[in-house]
Amino acid sequence: MANETLEQSSPTAGHGETVSGTAHAHPSDGKYVQIALILAVITAAEVVTFYVEDRLGSALVPILLAMMVVKFAMVAAYFMHLRFDSNLFTRMFVSGLLLAIGVYIVALLTFQFFE
Amino acid sequence: MTTTAPDATAATEVAAHPTGGHDAGDHEAGHHATTTGLSNEKLAMWLFLGSECLLFGGLISTFLLYRNREIPEGQGPEVAELYDIPFTSVSSFVLLMSSLTMVLALASIQRGDHRRCRTWLVTTALLGSTFVAGQVYEFTAFVREGLGYTTNIQSSAFYTMTGFHGVHVTVGIFILLSLVVMSLRGKLPTERAETVEIAGLYWHFVDVVWIVIFTIVYLIR
Repeated sequence: MANETLEQSSPTAGHGETVSGTAHAHPSDGKYVQIALILAVITAAEVVTFYVEDRLGSALVPILLAMMVVKFAMVAAYFMHLRFDSNLFTRMFVSGLLLAIGVYIVALLTFQFFE
Repeated sequence: MTTTAPDATAATEVAAHPTGGHDAGDHEAGHHATTTGLSNEKLAMWLFLGSECLLFGGLISTFLLYRNREIPEGQGPEVAELYDIPFTSVSSFVLLMSSLTMVLALASIQRGDHRRCRTWLVTTALLGSTFVAGQVYEFTAFVREGLGYTTNIQSSAFYTMTGFHGVHVTVGIFILLSLVVMSLRGKLPTERAETVEIAGLYWHFVDVVWIVIFTIVYLIR
């Protein structure tokens, strides 16, 4: 009954409640387009760094990595709905991600990649 | 042998079905009550994507290690010498926009708009195909420049990494087209919107991997 009421009262706000009780009002189509535009702008900024990399010097790599992380997080949070879904999904994905990052940083360090 | 206390089971059932039975949300989710209260299928996909992080992490790390090695004389050019950043940027943009169309497809089917859902799914598949075509073009251009799969260790790592990604995109395209066919046959009702959501998770992950590859492999040299 509570689920039906919520769905009736907010037909446009999102996609309603799930039976599990994890309330997640998903973004509207307009919001998704906004997110995509932001991602496009960041991608354009990344490409611009290719043409000005001499001027950026040692700041190039941190800037590119920061933009990469932001894009990654935005796609995961909004398009993959991690922001709106159960924390268990986030924990599961982030665990695998952190494990991969940790293991391969160790591998790269072993082969003196950063020297 | 594990036993579940009847009260715990009942509590889970009540938590999963507060109305005392299957309600609209449950039908929309298209699955029965679970221990976590979440969809097992979705959980499985997230677990799979977590493991895929390890796969692509390995491929990217291997390429990074071999990229630093000097190429002996006569073993072809270095991969970075052949990059066409403007072209790859456009490819990246195309794949990024396919993530948008994918999420719009999900939003459509959740609203019950099946026609629009099919339109967005087809658009996503087309954008994905465009990306794969771009990759094929890039590979053939590299081969023409003398960089084949076995030319040097760097090229092997590069083609393996981007090839695996391309195969993932191709598999995703088949999944999307399957969803379109299912929808046309009336086998993808609104109650099964989660099927589109799970396919979307795979597609977005493929996009996210390219975000990492584009930055680390192409832009950071």
